[in-house]
Amino acid sequence: MSHPKLASIFNKDEKKVDWHDKALWFVRHKRDKSVHHVQGWEELRNLGHGIKAHMLSNLDIYLREFEANANKNGVEVHWAANAEEHNQIVHKILKDNNAKKVVKSKSMLTEECHLNPHLEADGIEVIDTDLGERIVQLAKEPPSHIVLPAIHKNKHEVDELFQEHLGTKPCDGDPQYLTGEARKHLRQKFIEADAAITGVNFAIAETGGFVVCTNEGNADMGAHLAPVHIACMGVEKIIPKQEHLGVFLRLLARSATGQPVTTYSSHFKKPSDGRKMHIVIVDNGRSEQLSRPDFRASLHCIRCGACMNTCPIYRRSGGHSYDATIPGPIGSILSPGKDLTKHSSLPFASTLCGSCSDVCPVKIDIHAQLYKWRQIITKETPQPFIKKKSMQVMGSIFAKPKQFEKVGKIARWSLRTLPKAVINSKPNAWGKARDLPTGPKESFDDWYKKREENKGKNN
Amino acid sequence: MKVGLFIPCYINQLYPQVGKATLELLEKLKVDVAYPSGQTCCGQPMANSGYEYESVGACNNFVDNFKDFDYIVTPSGSCAYHVKKHYNIIPQTDEVTKVRNNVYELCDFILNILKVKDLGASFPFKVGVHKSCHGLRGLRLGSCSEVVGPRFSYIEELLQEVKGVELMPVKRSDECCGFGGTFAVTEEAISVKMGKDKIKDHLESGVEVMTATDTSCLMHLEGLVNRNQQPLKILHIAEILNSSL
Repeated sequence: MSHPKLASIFNKDEKKVDWHDKALWFVRHKRDKSVHHVQGWEELRNLGHGIKAHMLSNLDIYLREFEANANKNGVEVHWAANAEEHNQIVHKILKDNNAKKVVKSKSMLTEECHLNPHLEADGIEVIDTDLGERIVQLAKEPPSHIVLPAIHKNKHEVDELFQEHLGTKPCDGDPQYLTGEARKHLRQKFIEADAAITGVNFAIAETGGFVVCTNEGNADMGAHLAPVHIACMGVEKIIPKQEHLGVFLRLLARSATGQPVTTYSSHFKKPSDGRKMHIVIVDNGRSEQLSRPDFRASLHCIRCGACMNTCPIYRRSGGHSYDATIPGPIGSILSPGKDLTKHSSLPFASTLCGSCSDVCPVKIDIHAQLYKWRQIITKETPQPFIKKKSMQVMGSIFAKPKQFEKVGKIARWSLRTLPKAVINSKPNAWGKARDLPTGPKESFDDWYKKREENKGKNN
Repeated sequence: MKVGLFIPCYINQLYPQVGKATLELLEKLKVDVAYPSGQTCCGQPMANSGYEYESVGACNNFVDNFKDFDYIVTPSGSCAYHVKKHYNIIPQTDEVTKVRNNVYELCDFILNILKVKDLGASFPFKVGVHKSCHGLRGLRLGSCSEVVGPRFSYIEELLQEVKGVELMPVKRSDECCGFGGTFAVTEEAISVKMGKDKIKDHLESGVEVMTATDTSCLMHLEGLVNRNQQPLKILHIAEILNSSL
């Protein structure tokens, strides 16, 4: 279903919309309070943008440097051209290590590749260990936000879900009790795990090391307990130097939640004795996006989610309305690159207000890219006849002043004369909840001409 | 200095009072202003809907009408921004470049070109400003809450000089109102919800009159206010700056 359809379903429960909007606005506000205290914040954004742009222009060099250094550290590096290869590689590593129970810390890439169902089909248990991720996993739903995956669920819904799946007692949505129970449940899973899968926030070419940021410490818990650690990353996660972390770690946490730094910024470099560490580097459409000059900057994204928190449409339509792994403004410029027809409504799910571009820590011109995708979508995907035709007619009216004058006159007369019930009848979506202005007898043009004539007479 | 007045299509047809206030205001400020009669629309409705190529005729018509002026002034941040930002779809002749460089939103022109602040207006009401997005984040007519830097707002600077105006602070000072051109129709549910929330914010802050640099946002908000019979008056900034109540 298209974004407008899903969003209007979400909007049937206005109280829930208000709650969702306020919860995310609170995070955006926390971000503001936090960044307005950082001197040179805008300079940090420029640096973040510049480093990412440089990295993308030299991606092949840095990827190979990273691989060589990781190999030196005793890490095995794998390359996956697409989601399928990624899933097969991870599956094979697990099989080779006889791993039946897997704990996973949050990774949007594995969501993108649909790793869980692939492994589950072979009887492998995959447990998402980020609390929000675990909640949506139990609910059999995809995450609705990349940092706050269960933000669409309130505490009472979590209460019911945990009663059903974890056998908790009814607690009227007591967050402390629920978190405590989740902790017990997850600790057991950590202890039993044969392998741990994590995402990667930053992979450092010059060291071969990588950094995973979490607030719950679940990546560390999984990776340190299990004998095998598999880290999955998109090609764009590379940064050239260790010192660049000083830029990105400062940008990431503040933009995501308003924290000065994520609670755990875990640096991984080599496996401890007797353990194994694998890195799977995934393309899955990224190099194709890189080849599109207008859209390559979308690969700067560090997955902070700030564009979602700030987006007035995202806040009021919920992440699931986007029907894509990455929802919100950044998702709306990434997804069309993967499947233009399926995601053709997403670049239109925006007023082009530009808040996403201004909040973005790595200065992706998100709203400008939304505008550009629109131009491509109308040419390359089937459009409703009425939309196409009306745009063509409007275009020709506005090209000819005489026609514009005539049409304006008719429009004003209609608005002035026709009954409201007719004007606001069904085909006019504007009129469902809004009045149209009453058409004035005289346009500005008419008034101005008269005034000029009178001036002539008086002179 | 010869100034061409651009009156956006929807103001021309539906809100002529905004055009009149703009013209009167400029004349009061002794600007040599003319209104070229062959003008229509900046082309934005088609372009933002993904039909940039259908707007070429409108763009050319705009340039034809305004190429001989030193400045082009319009009571719309959104239209000015569109000409500046998106007229790269027609060949960049000297005329096109000149038009793109010299198009100004009204407040911006008064404050930064004419360098006038006190317009001698009076308007004894509690006013709430809606900072229309294309003016704010496109033309940078003010600082926005996302960006770190000095705080400023051209529209508020001008309003502060208007006798009797009490500027009311609102909770979300620069969130979009939900108009967004054809978005208002294609994403009707979200558009309406955004507008309702915007109005609520202003009403809760005790605003009597809500204003903006763009009548398009205001048409959407006024449509909601009228339908729901809410006690809020909607006026374009030009109408307040031209007022002597």
